[in-house]
Amino acid sequence: MYNDTVLEHFRNPRNAGDIDNPSGVGEVGNAACGDIMRIAIEVEDDRIVDVKFKTFGCGAAIASSSMATEMVKGKTIDEALQITNKQVVEALGGLPKPKIHCSVLAEEALHLAIKDYKEKHSA
Amino acid sequence: MIYLDHAATTALKPEVLDEMLPYFTERYGNASTIYSLGREARKGLDAARARVAAAINASPDEIIFTGSGTEADNQALNCALALEKKGKHIITSAIEHHAVLHAAEGLKKRGFKVTLLPVDEYGLVSPDALEKAMTDETALVSIMMANNEVGTIEPIAELAKVAKARGAAFHTDAVQAVGSIPVDVKALGVDMLSLSAHKFYGPKGVGALYVRKGFRVAPFVLGGAQEKNKRAGTENIAGIVGLGKAIELATGDLEARSQRILAMRDALIEGVITKFTGSTLNGHRTKRLPGNVNISFPYVESESLLIHLDFEGIMASSGSACTSGSLEPSHVLMAMGATHEQAQGSLRMTLGDENVDGDIVKTIEALGPIYEKLKAMSPLYQKGGKTLV
Repeated sequence: MYNDTVLEHFRNPRNAGDIDNPSGVGEVGNAACGDIMRIAIEVEDDRIVDVKFKTFGCGAAIASSSMATEMVKGKTIDEALQITNKQVVEALGGLPKPKIHCSVLAEEALHLAIKDYKEKHSA
Repeated sequence: MIYLDHAATTALKPEVLDEMLPYFTERYGNASTIYSLGREARKGLDAARARVAAAINASPDEIIFTGSGTEADNQALNCALALEKKGKHIITSAIEHHAVLHAAEGLKKRGFKVTLLPVDEYGLVSPDALEKAMTDETALVSIMMANNEVGTIEPIAELAKVAKARGAAFHTDAVQAVGSIPVDVKALGVDMLSLSAHKFYGPKGVGALYVRKGFRVAPFVLGGAQEKNKRAGTENIAGIVGLGKAIELATGDLEARSQRILAMRDALIEGVITKFTGSTLNGHRTKRLPGNVNISFPYVESESLLIHLDFEGIMASSGSACTSGSLEPSHVLMAMGATHEQAQGSLRMTLGDENVDGDIVKTIEALGPIYEKLKAMSPLYQKGGKTLV
């Protein structure tokens, strides 16, 4: 049901882990829906210099976290905000239909992390 | 490869295949015809019927062959329509297989009231709860003999007694039970019982419904006069012959087989629970199918465990229905009062004849690094056991 790219990202996830004192953190989902995703970013001069995720969830959730974090690493905040769940799914070569929501969670967690950074930054 | 998904399906035994093969080739006759080729097919059909009957202490004329366990369940539930004069109420349990639950939903659409009995934390249905739920309008009660997810064995004889005392018909879905534990329809006192060949090393696409003599079952598949007008359609002779051989083998040395599997089951439960802090057994410790292990792992989601196990050549299953495309957690575990986290983190490993002790050791070993990796990646887990959510 998963393609090789999804399985590869699941097996060797990029950017799994934590950041000490991150610039922003976004967490979405709950155990009831089966997935919880947390993305932490480190921002320097409006650029995401590091990003890590922690995910409780199925294969698609872990692969989406891995791919989404890979896609935003090194991007500016504005560039990162342009990244959609569709692009994550495309980069993964597709996800089974019931698993598309996992990519949505990745987009949401990322946007929340950026929002958190912006709030802290402006304060 | 280590196959730990016997509750999903089992490998056809070579002896079973051997008996089936001639019915695909030289004995291809239609059992409803009168010439020798047809009579030969009829002989195979009759012999299989006798074997199935003997395996569950029934008479051959009490066996109807169906296309699957699911079809047998549907036919049984469908009988409620013919029992309408008794009343439009049926009772089943919250942990039934979807073959029963969705058939019950179908009856609901046709004006029936459906009561789903709750279960306790072990997945047991209580005869007292059934007693309380019975009304004068209750036409049919259907409770599974053993649960497919957690392996809990229900007190069918007691439950059937309660139903019969109030004049209701009683059906049990014994798809997971037959071939794993002794099944005696007379001792159980049921009116109908469903079974499926591929759960005990027989072929897929063939099942049977036991119908007690004197109980009038309604046909479900309509058409020809096969199965004494109770199940139309040219008989799947090869499949039925396979069912007959498989059930004879499975029940012939049931005691020895189940003792061996049960010892492995207990070693697997013991090994996992001891090794993984916070892991919990789902289901009953002893009122349990000999091959069933169902364990919830904290902080991780079961599909992730399954894919990693697959990378290691170990085939298991998840208690949650997530893998089947639905995002709902297991209705069985939720009915047993599990938390969402427990339900999402449940791993089902079901053992069978070809498993050996080494499989248990290897599985427990393989789970170690897999679990550590997923736990480290989980936002629910932080070192020191502190949870964030």
